[in-house]
Amino acid sequence: MSRFALLSYEFKESMLIALRAIGSNKIRSSLTMLGIFIGVTVVVLMTTAIKGIDNSFQQGISSLGSDVLYVQKWAWFSGNDWWKMRNRRPITMEDFERFKDLVKLPLASSPTLAVQQSLKYQSRSVDNIFIDGSDQNYIQERNFAFDQGRFFTETESKSARNVIVLGSEIANDLFPLGNAMDNEIKVGPVTYKVIGILTKQGSFLLGDFNPDNMAFVPITTVFKYFSDKAHSSLTIQVRAKSTALLEDTKEETEEAFRKVRGLAYSQEDDFSINQQEGMIDNYNKVVGVIQIAGLFITGLSLFVGAIGIMNIMFVSVKERTKEIGLRKAIGAKKRTILAQFLLESSFICLVGGIAGLIAAILLSFVVNQFIPTSVQYGAVVIAILVSLITGLISGFAPAYTAAKMDPVEALRFE
Amino acid sequence: MDQRSNWINTEKLQLQVNKIKLDEKMNIINIEHISKVYQVGTEQVHAIADISLKINKNEYVAIMGPSGSGKSTLMNMLGCLDTPSTGKYEFNGASVSQMSDNELAKIRNKEIGFVFQTFNLLARSDAIHNVELPLIYAGVTAAERRERAEQALIDVGLKDRMHHKPNELSGGQRQRVAVARAIVTKPSIILADEPTGNLDSKTGEEIMVLFNEIYEKGNTIILVTHEEYIAEHAARIIRIKDGLIEADVPVVNRYIPKLRVEVN
Repeated sequence: MSRFALLSYEFKESMLIALRAIGSNKIRSSLTMLGIFIGVTVVVLMTTAIKGIDNSFQQGISSLGSDVLYVQKWAWFSGNDWWKMRNRRPITMEDFERFKDLVKLPLASSPTLAVQQSLKYQSRSVDNIFIDGSDQNYIQERNFAFDQGRFFTETESKSARNVIVLGSEIANDLFPLGNAMDNEIKVGPVTYKVIGILTKQGSFLLGDFNPDNMAFVPITTVFKYFSDKAHSSLTIQVRAKSTALLEDTKEETEEAFRKVRGLAYSQEDDFSINQQEGMIDNYNKVVGVIQIAGLFITGLSLFVGAIGIMNIMFVSVKERTKEIGLRKAIGAKKRTILAQFLLESSFICLVGGIAGLIAAILLSFVVNQFIPTSVQYGAVVIAILVSLITGLISGFAPAYTAAKMDPVEALRFE
Repeated sequence: MDQRSNWINTEKLQLQVNKIKLDEKMNIINIEHISKVYQVGTEQVHAIADISLKINKNEYVAIMGPSGSGKSTLMNMLGCLDTPSTGKYEFNGASVSQMSDNELAKIRNKEIGFVFQTFNLLARSDAIHNVELPLIYAGVTAAERRERAEQALIDVGLKDRMHHKPNELSGGQRQRVAVARAIVTKPSIILADEPTGNLDSKTGEEIMVLFNEIYEKGNTIILVTHEEYIAEHAARIIRIKDGLIEADVPVVNRYIPKLRVEVN
């Protein structure tokens, strides 16, 4: 026999011996598998959940537009400047009007002011809804698509008409029959006419700021009914013509807004220009930590499973001392015995791992109802490799113990 | 000289004659001045002090001795399960003393058939798989393995018990499976350690019948026992005491078992 043929023969026979051993101890083997099963299930589930949340975030954030700047009183991610920012002047409608005339680069710019109100139609109502007040240009800031109707016009905005655009969830909640269009609803105490319904976005992470759960009205009506014009600070959304022009637009915006605010050369900005990129950076940091912590914690359960394997393999070797002695006496080499036990432990791990993987994939469909999941094919391969390697590593010490046994001693073992 | 010393002289002469005869034939086992020393705590125990021994093809040798005599150590040595501390051990002309663990495993696999007092069958495997076991380690293909194992089981009279597991077999049948496992590789020697020790006398006798048949087919058998009666089935008895050979004599009236009970 050639060397390769001999090795493959030995591998096959050792595999059969290992399978025989597993088969003859079904309960013990399956309990050991359970340890690896649980370990692999939670690890895979964790990675799919993290990836799912991540996907959902990326999708949600892109609905904000990567080429949009937000001129605001507050910075999104600030260190220790809280007090400084608190004392800034609010950004007013007048600021916006002057700003608009100074800039040329933006595709569009619009003022927004959010208020929280209850929406009501007949006996149905939804509470604490964020309503963005803005002007007709707002539609150019967001990548909105409409199921029905339209956004409000310049006339409607200027003349403070009571018209409202609903997010899909809200439209569903208030009008389960889908007859929202042209009906009149109550926003707080005020009556508004529904003129448009947005297409469902389905992004999970934005929560209350998900357009699905929001409504949009002319900013003029917000000042008229809900908000004190003197004290509320606006967000000015500025959309660049393209992402390539974002930096130039940002520079122009800063310069223009400093002029609007009448800042001297030596004075710091008394406003912040926020952008999605900062949010993504910050988010990636947080997710990175969650990912590492999550994998560490779930990895522990896999580790416990591996200890279980090692333990059971030690017991198994001890128990079969006499058998090992016999096998060695009638001609089993060290490597044959080593292979027999290594194959046994890796097979247990592999079966446990594959079962865990299948369970995780099935469970991820269930979990997907609550938080988004996304099965990673890389994770599938890694899970299988990890369980195989776990088997090899945790099986090695017991298998080596078996392989180096003295046949005389082993045969004498009772 | 009186009659007694005369008799001793005759015996010595007989031994001389035997020795010359043996030398003419090919030695399977050639042991020269081996010793085995174990370290027990701070003390050195000489399990074998100094033993020289030759065993030829188609001999039927019984090794006897009380416990602690070094008999088991010698058996482990002969079975290539252990190597001597000093001295020379040649098996079929190859020097065992210098062999690695893997080379020893190969010799055990191909050249030696073991039969143990406690049978040492794999409890969860049927008779035929137990017999196939040494062939697996010899690298024999599955089909040939099966064929040879079947033949070996037929040879020991277990044609109808091939697929029985050890717990479905009687003690005598189990030992027959073990004998089949020992002969299936067609080894140079069969090494039996108290093969009847766990059997009643009638069943034990059946096993001895089997050994006799194997011997008569031209095989070499080494039988380790402490029972005089069993030892007398052999053609030569080597007595061990305190790690030395006390006596090495041919059996004049060898007991040839005639009983052959079909167990099937």
